[in-house]
Amino acid sequence: MAETTEFELVSPERLVMSASVEMVVIPGSEGDFGALPRHAPMITAVRPGVIDVYRGGKVSDRIFVAGGFVEVTETRVTVLAEEALAVSDLVAEEVEKRVGAAVEALQEADSDAARHLAERGLAVAHAMKDALLARKAH
Amino acid sequence: MPSLKDLRLRINSVKSTRKITSAMKMVAGSKLRRAQTAAEAARPYAARMERMLGALAASVAGMAGAPPMFAGTGSDNVHLVIVTTSDRGLCGGFNGSIVRSAKALVNDLTKQGKTVQLLFIGRKGRDQMKREYGNLVIDAYENVGRRGVTFAEADAIARRIGVMFAEGHFDVCTIVYNRFKSAITQEVTRQQLVPFPAPPVPEDVGGHAVAKAIYEYEPSEEAILAELLPRNLAIQVFRALLESNASEQGARMTAMDNATRNAGDMINSLTIRYNRTRQAQITKELIEIISGAEAL
Repeated sequence: MAETTEFELVSPERLVMSASVEMVVIPGSEGDFGALPRHAPMITAVRPGVIDVYRGGKVSDRIFVAGGFVEVTETRVTVLAEEALAVSDLVAEEVEKRVGAAVEALQEADSDAARHLAERGLAVAHAMKDALLARKAH
Repeated sequence: MPSLKDLRLRINSVKSTRKITSAMKMVAGSKLRRAQTAAEAARPYAARMERMLGALAASVAGMAGAPPMFAGTGSDNVHLVIVTTSDRGLCGGFNGSIVRSAKALVNDLTKQGKTVQLLFIGRKGRDQMKREYGNLVIDAYENVGRRGVTFAEADAIARRIGVMFAEGHFDVCTIVYNRFKSAITQEVTRQQLVPFPAPPVPEDVGGHAVAKAIYEYEPSEEAILAELLPRNLAIQVFRALLESNASEQGARMTAMDNATRNAGDMINSLTIRYNRTRQAQITKELIEIISGAEAL
């Protein structure tokens, strides 16, 4: 059996996933990277996107995260996600609604701080839409 | 001496009170279970956040230019106190003990010549403190966690605190809330949120001390820390809300249990009085009849 690393995905409300995996591909703020067992220890930010979990030589889970942080050590990968849900659970109408709401929030934003927040919300919504489109393409 | 009818009415009214309090106890009990599960589910995230923060704190310690949310603004003249209470009453000493502790804190700080600002989560706290400290109140949140606390609510509050801090409205932020110990005991807790006290460096995780594991940071320590601190603030607020919510349900359950028991005692003593009075009246009537017959 291939070497594995302990993968944990937690959102503020619950522990989403905890498993031994062969590799995870994470959308880091500086670019996507794959974390294999015995990866050099690192801490980095995560941008909104999809985490691919590899088990048994293929992608076993695809999970959408709305940004967060990841801590990688030689034996484990811990993702602190702001929001996490399986790509298969995304619903087209809800994603569309979210994009619409985010665009509206951006138009209504009247201060720098509010605009900044709205832009982030929109980025998350767009990433969600991309994840959905990618799922359909498969 | 109340008449028989008065007594009967009182017994009925206490009986319906007992029905209400026992129903409230059941509701609080089931809400408590849900609140407790939610509080437990949030623990893993908080624990891992603390671990990451500990490692980061160890690596930026002593470095110049640490973010003010961590290192402080250099002064402590303006204090923001967040008072977490419930929106509804009938939960024993739950709100009273929070308000007492918050008042003591405000008085202490004022005596030291600090400026105090108050932010309330929950209506009861504001109602009880606004007369004395009305001029210090910034705002009050209501209906937080009405249907179970969500992270989005905590995040919104934390963002507001973050913006206020960034704009220099306060130097130190403390939250006062009830920590859940068990269904019958809550502990009033004061926790400093800003500047956030560095968690101790976690020792010996995965075979070697984390402090010695040299992490690579992308993009950089400062950038990660600047992102992580507002998240951490939201998590701390979230945790306080969850604890407070569980405590409230626990306190209400205990209070309503006592009220139900007291109503039962009262019904018993009223029933005894009712029966005695009734008997006395019958005896009196009999005596009247007998003495009337004897007089003939």
